[in-house]
Amino acid sequence: MKQTTQFSLISRRHALAMLSAAGAVVLAGVPAYADGAAVAAKIKGLTGGRSVGEGDIELDLPEIAENGNAVKVAFSINSPMTVDNYVKAVHVMADGNPTPDVASFNFTPAMGACSASTRMRLAKTQNIIVLAEMNDGSFKQAQATVKVTIGGCGG
Amino acid sequence: MAKIKPRVKVPKKAAAGEIVEIKALISHPMHTGRGKNKKTGKKIPRKIINKFVASFDGQDVFTANFEPAVSANPYIAFPFKASKSGAFTFKWVEDGGAEFTASKKMTVA
Repeated sequence: MKQTTQFSLISRRHALAMLSAAGAVVLAGVPAYADGAAVAAKIKGLTGGRSVGEGDIELDLPEIAENGNAVKVAFSINSPMTVDNYVKAVHVMADGNPTPDVASFNFTPAMGACSASTRMRLAKTQNIIVLAEMNDGSFKQAQATVKVTIGGCGG
Repeated sequence: MAKIKPRVKVPKKAAAGEIVEIKALISHPMHTGRGKNKKTGKKIPRKIINKFVASFDGQDVFTANFEPAVSANPYIAFPFKASKSGAFTFKWVEDGGAEFTASKKMTVA
């Protein structure tokens, strides 16, 4: 008799856990997330379809972010930052947030170096894409994945 | 709403040609437009700091455009090459056009 009671207790708890898990899935499914295609379209819009090179961009991102509400994102780009050769703009994008844009930065030769650091919200595990625009109109890109334990997007 | 207060860190002194790091932060909730008020269940409308401009002696040197994906209390750090003494002005622009400013002097020896 005792055993049966215990059993039913466990199964009830189990059922409750399953219910709340299902609820969480439904909640998480509400916002439409950006994906790789949205980021690709965004990059195409920014570059006007020109080819994008790799390299010279150093990303400083955590491999695993425990709290998606504030994830450090920093980059530095090897550039002489002279009037003739400098990084004009840098766009930071994420492919798993409700919208692909995170932030963009405009640089000037007066800065002497090209780097920046800020904090962003990540809804889930996703790729961070950094696109840099040089003053001569060429583009460079770098990307890294951040694993997110608890998403942060006003949920 | 909590008070919106900018904080900036600029070295007081720098050597000519030295690249210094400027850090700027403003206390702001950065409402994405997706969050809900836990008590009323109503949606909180979007209100973020969408732009940050740093200028030195009246000339813009660095601009950042923020999207809702930037964390609350947006923080930004960036380099600057010291060449002469002068004053930095920092400006944050909120959705709706409200502006917050701060300024700091730097002496270059």
